[in-house]
Amino acid sequence: MPKIILRSPDGNTHTVDARVGASVMETAVKHGVPGIVAECGGALSCATCHVYVSDSCLERAGAAEDFEDEMLDDATSERRPNSRLSCQIRMSDELDGLEVEIAPEQ
Amino acid sequence: MDTVTTETETGTLIVGAGEAGLGIAVALRNAGYTAPVTITGLEADPPYQRPPLSKEFLAGEMDEENLLLRADDFYQDKDLRLLTNAHIEDIVLDEDSAGGTATTSAGHAIHFDGLALATGASPRRLPVPGGDLDGVCYLRDIPDARRLRTLLPGATRVVVVGGGYIGLEAAAVARGRGLDVTVVETFDRLLQRVAAPPISEFFRTAHEKRGAKVLLGASVTALRGSAGSVSGVELSDGMVLPADLVIIGIGVEPRIELAQKLGLDCGRGIIVDDAARTSNPAIVAAGDCTMQPHPLYPTESICLESVQNAADQAKVAAASLMDGPRPERAVPWFWSNQADIRLQIAGLSMGFDDYVIRGEPGTEQFTVLYYRDGRLIAADAVNNPHDFMAVKRALAKGATIDPTDAHNTGLPLKTLIREI
Ligand SMILES: Cc1cc2nc3c(=O)[nH]c(=O)nc-3n(C[C@H](O)[C@H](O)[C@H](O)COP(=O)(O)OP(=O)(O)OC[C@H]3O[C@@H](n4cnc5c(N)ncnc54)[C@H](O)[C@@H]3O)c2cc1C
Ligand code: FES
Repeated sequence: MPKIILRSPDGNTHTVDARVGASVMETAVKHGVPGIVAECGGALSCATCHVYVSDSCLERAGAAEDFEDEMLDDATSERRPNSRLSCQIRMSDELDGLEVEIAPEQ
Repeated sequence: MDTVTTETETGTLIVGAGEAGLGIAVALRNAGYTAPVTITGLEADPPYQRPPLSKEFLAGEMDEENLLLRADDFYQDKDLRLLTNAHIEDIVLDEDSAGGTATTSAGHAIHFDGLALATGASPRRLPVPGGDLDGVCYLRDIPDARRLRTLLPGATRVVVVGGGYIGLEAAAVARGRGLDVTVVETFDRLLQRVAAPPISEFFRTAHEKRGAKVLLGASVTALRGSAGSVSGVELSDGMVLPADLVIIGIGVEPRIELAQKLGLDCGRGIIVDDAARTSNPAIVAAGDCTMQPHPLYPTESICLESVQNAADQAKVAAASLMDGPRPERAVPWFWSNQADIRLQIAGLSMGFDDYVIRGEPGTEQFTVLYYRDGRLIAADAVNNPHDFMAVKRALAKGATIDPTDAHNTGLPLKTLIREI
């Protein structure tokens, strides 16, 4: 199972096992990792699953598509070049060890 | 069953293991509640998301595991006792305390000293002959969606009864598979109950453009069958639409049976105040089962069927159970994905007396802003996330957007937000 390393706004780091095909958001929420709200449950409608992908993983995680990109413009926390909506990153074996920081405000 | 077991632990009992029931449990734990918490749900599945049932799950883009709201170990970690297949049939309150005893249909007794009702809603049944034929489906829970998912590949002609969100979403999935799809709606426009005419017209055109047929002002009088399976849908004008799959999405009825047995005040739903308290202030209720004061016009009572409401009201209900201060209510919002169209709704448009169309519906990217007494109350944004976010933010601040400028797509909506 690919692992995801998430840094929560409270400063704690959580390492969780992801099912291949599950999103980063889904994996974090299911295991009770604090910080991701995910009001829409992954429907790309709420922008409350905002994360910053660590630079070393950016390329592997891929870029946001148009709709996600527009949602990110209006996310509550500052948008950065490495911002993503975590419901749109689907886990695969290639993403094993993905490191993300959860945005402080959702 | 005749075995009766009695639990000695008390604590809080939550009836209903949906978005609202789970939300109450999580909020109790987050607020430091340490007594036992039991969530009982009559379904076989642990709490899961319903929205994908008519969207990604139906389309085969998600599996059942993706639907679950929490992992198994989450319940253990948070010390939440989750009982599935547990239908609470009766509840008797103690005479001298806020507690009581609930009984499941298997004869299992659960004592509690705090009670929350999160019983949700069930789909309205179409009251016509032929409703029990094979190939006639509703869409509320995982078994419904699973069944529909297995029937779709063998279907050729699908009739969707009801032009609301769930019906239109299911129609889009069926059409996406290349099936022959007809949507039948009693009113003279789609989404009649929830949107302004331009949105209704937009979705009619959008579905027709994608190859579905839309029949408005048409009511179903019977479902016809042959050899036990549905074969057609008969309309009041005598026309019969051939069909081998019929999907019914004509709204829901809040589940109020238990609340009525408990003598709680009920309208269409269980009546609660803005702190999610029922007419018995010791008992709270949240989610689709409730009827609550409108957040902006509190003398009006409303029933909301959305994930956002269930989640938000659950937090309020948990605070009330712990006698804590009422958390700030969030702006109601909703979404619907139909084919490649993303509709995002901020606020509650019911009761609007004016609206402004921003952008050109023909481009499939536009927004309708709703006003009441000159004040912005809601927006439907079609493929327009910037507008959705701007209106959501304006409403959260109690601000408005001047209707005279709102149509001007040259001006970003967020620059038009004004204090009232
Ligand atoms: C197909 C579909 C698509 C949807 N799409 C969207 C969408 O895009 N966006 C959105 O915001 N909302 C959507 N909704 C609505 C949203 O899913 C609901 O508003 C939300 O799930 C309500 O949660 P709830 O916990 O109040 O009720 P429910 O999810 O109905 O949960 C209540 C649970 O309580 C159980 N129960 C009832 N009585 C008892 C009893 N006596 N004992 C034990 N258990 C009991 C029920 O079996 C049920 O499992 C959709 C709904 C459906 C069905
Ligand atoms: S969970 Fe809503 S946009 Fe990601």
